[in-house]
Amino acid sequence: MTKIKTFPLGGIHPNKYKITTDSPITFAGLPETVYIPVKQHIGAPAKILVKPGDKVKVGTLLADADGIVSADVHSSVSGEVLKVEAIEGEFGYVEDMITIKVEGNEFEPSIDRSLDIDREIPYTDEEIIAKIREAGIVGMGGAGYPTPVKTSIPEGKKVDTLILNGIECEPFLTADDRLMVEKGEQIVIGAKILNKILGIQNAIIAIDENKPKAIEVLSKITKTYVGVNVQVCATKYPQGGEKQLITAITGREVPSGKLPADAGCLVQNVGTVFAIYEAVMKNKPLFERVVTVSGDACSHPANYLVRIGTPASYLLEKAGGITPQTAQVVFGGPMMGTSAFNINAPITKITSGLLLLSDKISAKHHEEDCIRCGKCAEACPMGLQPFLIGRLMRANQIDEVKNCHVLDCIECGCCAYICPAHIPLLDYCKLAKIELKKKK
Amino acid sequence: MLKISTAPHMQTNQDTKSLMRDVVIALLPAALVGVLFFGINALLVILTSVAACAGFEYLFNRYCFHKENTVTDFSAIVTGLLLAYNLPSSIPLWMVLVGAFMAVVVGKLCYGGLGKNIFNPALVGRVFLFISFPVQMTSWPKPEFLKFLDMDAQTGATTLGILKHIDGQTSATYINAKLPSYFDMFIGNIGGCIGEVSALALLLGLAYMLWRRVITWHIPFYYIGTVFAITGLMWLITGDVRYDPLTHILSGGLMLGAIFMATDYTTSPMSKKGQILFAVCCGILTVIIRLYSAYPEGVSFAILIMNAFVPLIDKYMQPRVYGQRR
Repeated sequence: MTKIKTFPLGGIHPNKYKITTDSPITFAGLPETVYIPVKQHIGAPAKILVKPGDKVKVGTLLADADGIVSADVHSSVSGEVLKVEAIEGEFGYVEDMITIKVEGNEFEPSIDRSLDIDREIPYTDEEIIAKIREAGIVGMGGAGYPTPVKTSIPEGKKVDTLILNGIECEPFLTADDRLMVEKGEQIVIGAKILNKILGIQNAIIAIDENKPKAIEVLSKITKTYVGVNVQVCATKYPQGGEKQLITAITGREVPSGKLPADAGCLVQNVGTVFAIYEAVMKNKPLFERVVTVSGDACSHPANYLVRIGTPASYLLEKAGGITPQTAQVVFGGPMMGTSAFNINAPITKITSGLLLLSDKISAKHHEEDCIRCGKCAEACPMGLQPFLIGRLMRANQIDEVKNCHVLDCIECGCCAYICPAHIPLLDYCKLAKIELKKKK
Repeated sequence: MLKISTAPHMQTNQDTKSLMRDVVIALLPAALVGVLFFGINALLVILTSVAACAGFEYLFNRYCFHKENTVTDFSAIVTGLLLAYNLPSSIPLWMVLVGAFMAVVVGKLCYGGLGKNIFNPALVGRVFLFISFPVQMTSWPKPEFLKFLDMDAQTGATTLGILKHIDGQTSATYINAKLPSYFDMFIGNIGGCIGEVSALALLLGLAYMLWRRVITWHIPFYYIGTVFAITGLMWLITGDVRYDPLTHILSGGLMLGAIFMATDYTTSPMSKKGQILFAVCCGILTVIIRLYSAYPEGVSFAILIMNAFVPLIDKYMQPRVYGQRR
């Protein structure tokens, strides 16, 4: 095994709480109704193609990508479209959603449901990109950036390294971990597909140290594949941040305000790569994903294969319901996830976890005066000075904040995690970004 | 009823109080050594100083500044301990009260409390006493192991004081007879302030603070390293015992200052780069004062002078931002 790599600036070591590392992915089943948002990605909402009363099958196109930066949305169940209207989502904002009454599990005939692994790639680069586009694949690590856009490298830029992000540095989450253990070979074939369209032979699967099983499985599989290798990274948050991972693996830095391609890299989450495999080799659109249901207040934590649009409340019920000690429900991880405004909100393409957290973990502590310990600056993986940003924002000195490079902030939350005075530094950074964008 | 809050939904369990409590724990070995060598007087000075600092902070916050009680954050206790550690055990207790007042009320609360003061409060108290009562502040009881109640201990000189009085005419035998051994300096069997004598106890405290991630190694390493490097270089060139680097790092207030006072969060720079510059400058100033001024010891002055430069250092020594052109 080669050297364990990591990023040089900052980082923190929160408790891992990987309770569900050893629980296999099981199918969560079909709820009575699914709510499928037409915008589960960065970019324009998809154009709705169905109307109430339409019959749909699993994989039926419900909404069509509107423009380049957008993504198709497919049905995840078979049944009847009940409503097409705005409903409150996980963030409390109303979003256009397609409500489908579930009547069965009938698939579109074009989808290959066999479990055989297809190893030969008979398609041209254009066909592959078209298939990824038609499957509505977006970055499943949390960003939700449409994958076809990300994989189309702009003219004049050369990508020489494909990085598969299997880090999953958020506490509690094990969805990617389990996917690597159970669907390792499919992920490696997915990497081969991406290698092919990039015209390179250099895919690196980055996995952090605390996933020994995934490392073992993938190291074994990659021995028989040319151009796909495993790289072990240190367990440190935010190792899975795109910029941090690029620096850890290649030693390069993505210039401020530029894309990973400017550092010669393309980073894809392993979940996304698995979806690419299924889209290309099995004609399967993105209508389901792995979700970790966990948390210290969760009575039956598990990893589920969940149909997109399944209400969070359905999954919570499966995992033992909302226990009395639950203080909040979080979509995503505890570091970057969002508090649920509405527990009936649906699981989307970018929901990697659903957490039930007690006050022991999630309580906000009383805020005190800054003691100038400098721990926030030490922890910031971007080399920013959160204490300064916080101080300037409190004084409403927006012009001064501009010099603090706050637009480079990746919102990982290390500063707010580490602050011994419990100052909400991340909130100040986010506020600063909003104010600066307003001024432009 | 479920709560809504902004990310992150997890926080470290290290807070201001736990950090300060860890500093207090790290300071305890030095107190023990001080009491073992300087007896009941040392204990009285330490207790008076801690009680006075906590008391002044409570009273002035309540009746003068009308703020909430901040004694529970342990920072006044840290100041009290550090002030006592910087005093000789024979000092009259009323002077300790004066020092505590200067440290906590003038040095800290007048600036706005913890996190807002420019100068290290304990050093403000100590230097005030040093300038106001030079005689009492420079009479050093001889260390006498386990003679707790021997109130009329003889006085002697500190190691650095001995070095200061050496000149070209001093004979080598006289020097060797006067200077303590490295071992005595290491464990603390030398004359000096209560808390500064034992390098061993202070290093134990450093190890504890590093383990608990209270501070990083940068400031102590660069401060002590700078003193060692400069005196070592001069010693190699001249062979003069006055420049002996081991004596310089093991005696006087260097260990105490470098480990516990130059590392004070509030009065040291924020960035690692800034901290290194700060520590190196502290080291240079310490050597200059020790070797070329009228005072035998310069740690307090060096740190206080550098405290004044911290805002400037913070402005110009900012960390490198990821992705900016190098």
